[in-house]
Amino acid sequence: MKKELIELRINGRTHELAIEPNKLLLDLLRQDLGLTGSKRACDDSSCGSCTVQVDGVPMLSCTLLAASCEGQEITTVEGLADHGGLAALQKAYGDFGGAQCGFCTPGFMMTVRWLLANNPNPTEDEVRQALSSNLCRCTGYSQMYQAIRAVIDAEQRATPTELVGAK
Amino acid sequence: MNDFSVIGKSIAMVDAAGKTTGAGKYTDDLSLPGMLVGKILHSPYPHARIKHIDTSRAQALDGVVAVITGADAPNPYGILPVGHDETALAVEKVRYVGDHVACVAAISEEIAENAIELIDVEYEPLPAYFDPEDSMKAESDLIHENRPHNIEKDYHHVFGDLDKGFTEADYIAEGRYIANEVTHAAMEPHSTLANFELDPHTGKLGRLTVWSSTQVPYYLQHKLSLVLEMPMSQIRVIKPLVGGGFGGKSEIIPLEIIAAVAARAARAPVKITYTREEVFWAHRGRPRTIIDLKTGVKNDGRMTAVACKVIQDGGAYCSYGVVTILYSGALLGALYDIPNIRYDGYRVLTNKPACGAMRGHGTVNVRFAFESQMDEIAATLNLDPAEMRRVNLLKPPTVTVNGLRVLSYGLPECIDQVVTRSGWKERKGKLPKGRGLGVACSHYVSGAANSIIRSDMPHSTVNIKIDRDGGVVVYTGASEIGQGSDTMTAQVVAEVLGCEISRVKVIAADTDLTPIDLGSYSSRVTFMAGNAALRAAEDVKKNIVSAAAKRMNCAAEEVIMRDGHVWKASTILSDLNPTLSDSLKEQEAARGHVDGQILRGSVLQTRKEEGPKEHMSFEEAIVAAIDFHGALTGTGSYAPPVAARGGKHKGGGVGPSPAYSYSAQVAEVSVDDETGEVTVHKVWAAHDCGRALNPVAVEGQVIGSVWMGLGQALEEEMVWKDGLLMNPGLLEYRSPSSAESPEIECIIVESIDPEGPFGAKEAGEGSLAATIPAISNAIYDAVGVRLREAPFTPERVLTALRAKKGMKRIEMTESVDPTAPHKLREHGGSLWFRGKGPMRHPLDPARQGTNAGSPTGGAE
Repeated sequence: MKKELIELRINGRTHELAIEPNKLLLDLLRQDLGLTGSKRACDDSSCGSCTVQVDGVPMLSCTLLAASCEGQEITTVEGLADHGGLAALQKAYGDFGGAQCGFCTPGFMMTVRWLLANNPNPTEDEVRQALSSNLCRCTGYSQMYQAIRAVIDAEQRATPTELVGAK
Repeated sequence: MNDFSVIGKSIAMVDAAGKTTGAGKYTDDLSLPGMLVGKILHSPYPHARIKHIDTSRAQALDGVVAVITGADAPNPYGILPVGHDETALAVEKVRYVGDHVACVAAISEEIAENAIELIDVEYEPLPAYFDPEDSMKAESDLIHENRPHNIEKDYHHVFGDLDKGFTEADYIAEGRYIANEVTHAAMEPHSTLANFELDPHTGKLGRLTVWSSTQVPYYLQHKLSLVLEMPMSQIRVIKPLVGGGFGGKSEIIPLEIIAAVAARAARAPVKITYTREEVFWAHRGRPRTIIDLKTGVKNDGRMTAVACKVIQDGGAYCSYGVVTILYSGALLGALYDIPNIRYDGYRVLTNKPACGAMRGHGTVNVRFAFESQMDEIAATLNLDPAEMRRVNLLKPPTVTVNGLRVLSYGLPECIDQVVTRSGWKERKGKLPKGRGLGVACSHYVSGAANSIIRSDMPHSTVNIKIDRDGGVVVYTGASEIGQGSDTMTAQVVAEVLGCEISRVKVIAADTDLTPIDLGSYSSRVTFMAGNAALRAAEDVKKNIVSAAAKRMNCAAEEVIMRDGHVWKASTILSDLNPTLSDSLKEQEAARGHVDGQILRGSVLQTRKEEGPKEHMSFEEAIVAAIDFHGALTGTGSYAPPVAARGGKHKGGGVGPSPAYSYSAQVAEVSVDDETGEVTVHKVWAAHDCGRALNPVAVEGQVIGSVWMGLGQALEEEMVWKDGLLMNPGLLEYRSPSSAESPEIECIIVESIDPEGPFGAKEAGEGSLAATIPAISNAIYDAVGVRLREAPFTPERVLTALRAKKGMKRIEMTESVDPTAPHKLREHGGSLWFRGKGPMRHPLDPARQGTNAGSPTGGAE
């Protein structure tokens, strides 16, 4: 298949890429750009390990044509760090055992980040529903809830202080 | 209470950041310049002779570098020395749908896939066997010619006096239980990258390096050596991050060998990564198990005798099968006090993917039967099921009737904990209609006391190197697969050396760098590699302490290392004095220490200037030790004590362990009377792990085990039709998502094992087995039906409910329960895959009444 030249915005940077029109976003990230944080685990959009955000919305890059993302802002797990350090969610997943083998973790990062961006104080049920798009075989999810709750609590504690500081 | 600095405290895994940022590398994330992609052609037949393979059209395709078949690597191998019945690619015969036939290495995945289509294989289909009880009757067309009646192995063990035991019994329960086949479905698909280097002296292919998603690098190195006919010293196996194993990566998966053979043929690095469907075919999961169980008890619930017959549907190759069938029998013991045991185990070959080791290896399905039958007995004799378990407790230290040595035994406390936390006494039997509680127990080995390749070598060895920079580098062959093995190793070493964990760097699972370790399976790492790490750290500590003693002008026994400091015992009390500790830190800062780093010149200077000291920093002690002793290294190894290696009877090598973990669980469920759907609301799980070295990791293991048991109890099942897997995808396999996963309350019980590292035992597997019977017992409590076949899907529960009410039977289930329906899942099958099937075996019941005997028949 003949390659075409496209421009993609990935993690805040613009990449000019020559790709086959049938190239999947996941393959492009992993093979062409070496962004191997997004994982291939199921091949058929049933597990969420390849989740990235496209314009802030979690999408499964294993069933998304790369060429269809032109002009959109793609964020992968490699784009989550907080000024080069661990983002609060990443740190909490480590501290609370939210990641064991870690293979599904990048996908969960993208899903949870979307959840907290859109619903800063979700109920436990809302967390469960949001996470059900991603599969994990190690943790039984329980310690992920603790990690997410810790992030939410820290955020809520931090906010008033910041407001005071701003005044 | 516990006087430790590092262990016993919850810490993040040492590799956590790589996992949450995506920076950590798994095998499929690796690539090499000039790397080729390998794709495998699989068998479409469950049992067929390969008459001819023509690869010429594939080889001619532009971009194809090599095509290999069975003839390129015909040496047989297998994980067990008694089961060398596999070849990397099929030689002469294929034995299951998905068996490996040929492999193409090409410059792109697309070309490799296209080339696969161009390989012409001529098969002669053979009668196939899908049901183990049918397979056992086979006289001809055997799956392996040297296995009569397709029986891989059978064992018949009698311990104690069975007749006497059953004569003494006041009540005897008998029943048949079935647990259907499940698989690991680890999130990371198997992946292997193989690369040969050219030998500078001969100019030919020399050393081989293999990166692979394996739990057992040493075994992979061993089997590669067998198949490739290369010395082990020329093969380097490196385990990158592994995305979950659960036993599925604890033996050699065909692609691991195929990648190396393809790399040899292609003269280029080759990477093969299974698709998810291929992972399901590779399987090696928990076999479908048929258990006929008979238990005799006194009126107070005390067990007098147990007779157990187990048939396991092992699939087409031996795999770990001989060990699995032995575990099923051996671990009838060591949980309760059973004076008389009879065990008959049959590991049977069928034309399906091979089963192997899966979390709770061999024990889970039998434990489901055993704990369910205990519940039935308790109901009949009107006993409290939790109390019935209490009257059957072991009295350790003891050796069970089948030769298992039990020292630490936290089961009584586990039962107490779950009974109290769940409100068992107040709530059992008193919940609203449709809601119930069930209790069950389980246990598991902390590593096998006898290795599968019999030898006197240590099971684990750990080396430590400390250089003048004060960095502690630990070399261990133990395989981190997400369970926290690297973190455990770092914690143990940091605790012994009294240094910060950030100072410890773990280099693991690289056969060129790290000493031999049997790998991560049978929950052996914490106990065995942990003990080896402990001994290695003590070994290197001796030299640090003796040098520090000289510097501090005291006896070596007086030196204490802790929290990055080296103290004289006479001043250790000041450890409790925070101000002194603070003043030490100030002194350190003044001497030029920054964040645990050392400015060498300043230390050397101060060392010359100062006389005898009361204390030293860790770095100063290291520099002193290197000055006195030269290079600072330590080594430690572990082999299980002879007393823990079990009885001398045939098959007695499997089951013995230096220590056993214990678990008790209560599950609360509700059952929908209309749909048969079971909802698990909560599981209380108490687990005796000896000592929790890293409590957050122990909880993670226990919760993960319970959750995996929950999947097997409610939803997960490999569904077969004529040897073809009907649900080879993560969506269809239905492991529970967060929406279906209940709260699991983990209660850690610490029995402090006398031989474990700091008293620790296993935590990663033992809890799984109790979950399934706890749920089935809770279903009985909720709606009064006894589910004797797992998983307890809505169909099975509903049919059982209907049978109980005397309603018309739903003809959709196959079951052993006389009140339960006929056929739910097909394990023999009547339809033939794509209508291309062979003659059915005359004994296959599916043949009767159909025209499935003809090659094209039966495809209705």
